[in-house]
Amino acid sequence: MNEYSAGKVDDYQDGDRKVVLCGEAEVGVFRIAGEFYAWHNRCAHRAGPVCQGRLMKRVLEPVDADGQVRAQAYDECEDHIICPWHGYEFSIRTGRHPGNERVRLRKAELIVRDGEIYVRA
Amino acid sequence: MNVQGKFGPNYAATQQIDVYTDTREVLAHAKRNARLRGLQDWFVVDIDAHHVETVSWKEVVQYIEDPVIRDNAMRYQSERIGGPPYGLNGDLGLRYQSVGGRIPHQDDQREKVAETDVHRDVVLTRRAMDSLGVDNMVVFPTPMLFLGMHPQPEMEVWLGRAYNRWMADRILSGDDRIKTLVYLPFNTPQEAERAVEEFGDHKSVIGFCVTSTRTKPVHHNDYMRLYRMIEERGKPLAFHAGYHWQDPSLATVNRFLGMHCLGFVWCNMIHMTNWILNGIPERFPKLNTLWVESGLAWVPFLMQRLDDQFLMRQSEAPQLKRMPSEYMRDTCFYTTQPMETTHPKALENTFDMINAKTQLLFSSDWPHFDFDLPQMICDLPFIDEQAKRNILGLNAARLFNLDPTPRKNLFV
Repeated sequence: MNEYSAGKVDDYQDGDRKVVLCGEAEVGVFRIAGEFYAWHNRCAHRAGPVCQGRLMKRVLEPVDADGQVRAQAYDECEDHIICPWHGYEFSIRTGRHPGNERVRLRKAELIVRDGEIYVRA
Repeated sequence: MNVQGKFGPNYAATQQIDVYTDTREVLAHAKRNARLRGLQDWFVVDIDAHHVETVSWKEVVQYIEDPVIRDNAMRYQSERIGGPPYGLNGDLGLRYQSVGGRIPHQDDQREKVAETDVHRDVVLTRRAMDSLGVDNMVVFPTPMLFLGMHPQPEMEVWLGRAYNRWMADRILSGDDRIKTLVYLPFNTPQEAERAVEEFGDHKSVIGFCVTSTRTKPVHHNDYMRLYRMIEERGKPLAFHAGYHWQDPSLATVNRFLGMHCLGFVWCNMIHMTNWILNGIPERFPKLNTLWVESGLAWVPFLMQRLDDQFLMRQSEAPQLKRMPSEYMRDTCFYTTQPMETTHPKALENTFDMINAKTQLLFSSDWPHFDFDLPQMICDLPFIDEQAKRNILGLNAARLFNLDPTPRKNLFV
C-alpha cells in the first residue's frame, strides 16, 4: 500500500471534495464541518465513480403529529455524495447508504501530517 | 511505505461529472472493468441503448412525407419557442428521470464532439460502445416511445416514418456497428406494413419495434398480415416497454419511482398476456418476439399466474397446445435491463424459468438512469461461461443473424 498526497489542509474549504489519482486507485477526499473523510471512488453498486458525483444534503420527509406530510426537507447536518451513474447516495461521514446501511463505500486511510493530507491506497 | 505524491497531489482531471462530461470519462470505470474481465475478446451486443432524437428534431422533421405537415413542422422548429418538439406528446415522467439532476447523463450529453464526418449521435454511440465493451449497439429513440398514446394516430405515422428515414440516412450510414429495429406506427396497421416493406431489408435493420405504451390489442385481426410479413422476413418483433402516467391504473401513484417500476412492466405484461392467450405463437410459429426494457422479474410472475388460470379455464384459450409458460420460455426472447439483482436467489430462479442460456440478451439502456453494464453478466455466480457468452452476444448473433466477431477496442 502506497501513500499519496491529497494536498494541503488549507487547500480544502468546508464542503470541498477532491478526487485524487493513486496509481490504479482513485480516492475522494472530503472536508465536512471541519473533518476530513476519504472514500474509494468505487460505488458499492456497480463500481461507478461515486466520488465524482454531486454533493447534496440528505432528503427528509417530516411527518407531523397527525401522521401527515406536507413538504420534504433537507437534513442540513447530513451531507451525501451521489454516484452519477445510478444515483446511489451515501453519507460522507459514514459511507453508508441512507436506505440500507449494509450498502456502503470502502474507506480509504487518511493521514494529516504537518498541514498536509495523505491517503493510502 | 512510499510517498507517491512528492511533487504534489495528482488530482483527477474531472472532479465532478456533469452534463458536459465526455461519455468516455463518465464510463471510464466501465471500460476498465470490461478490460479486467477480458471482454475485448467476447462478442457483446447491446440490444437496447438510446439516443435523444429530439436533439436532432430539426433534422428529423425534414423527413416528414406529407408536404404540408413537413412545412408546418419545420417552421415550428425554426420559429416557435416555449413548446415541446413538433408533434411529440412525451410524458410527465420525462422530467423526473435524472432524480433532480443527481444522474447528469440522463439529463443531457453536452460533451464536445469535434468530428464532423458523421452525425453527433454516431460519435456518442461509438463512445458508449467502446466504453461499455460493446460490439453492436441497437439504438432506440426516447420521447418517441410515447407516440403510441398520441391522440392523432396519423402523427405516429408521419413522425415514425420520418424517424426511420432519418435513422437510415444520418445514423445507420455512419457506422455499421449501430443497428436499429424499425419503428412501426402500430396504431395504423396498414402503415406498419408499409414500414416493414420500406425499411425491412436495410442491412442495419435487424428487426421491428412496437413501442409498448399504447392501448391497441396486439391480437386484433388487423395485425395478422403484419405478423405474417415479419415472420416471412425472419427478423424478430420487439415490444419496447415504456410508461405512461396518464394510464388510469397508475393514477394514484405519486412517486416517479413507483410509476417507473410499474409502468415499464405493466404494458408488456398486458401485451404478453394477449399474445399468448390468443394463440399468436401457434399462428406464427417462426415469428420470434423480444420483450425489451421491462426487466425480468415480471416473467416468472406472469408465467405462474397464466399457467394456474389456464388449467382452470382452458376453453377460453383453445388455441394453446402447451402451457402459457412454455410459449413464454420457448418462443420469446428477453432483454436483461433493468436486471433486478438485489435478490440473487430470485434472479437465479428467473434465469432458470426463462431458459436464459438461449433466450436472454444483454441490454444496457445507456444513457438512462438505470443503465446496466456487461460486467453484471460476467459476475453472475450461478451461470457458466458459455451462458455468459450467449447472453452477452451469441444469443443476439443467432436471433439477429449477426457476425459474432468482436469489433470494439477496449485498449484505445
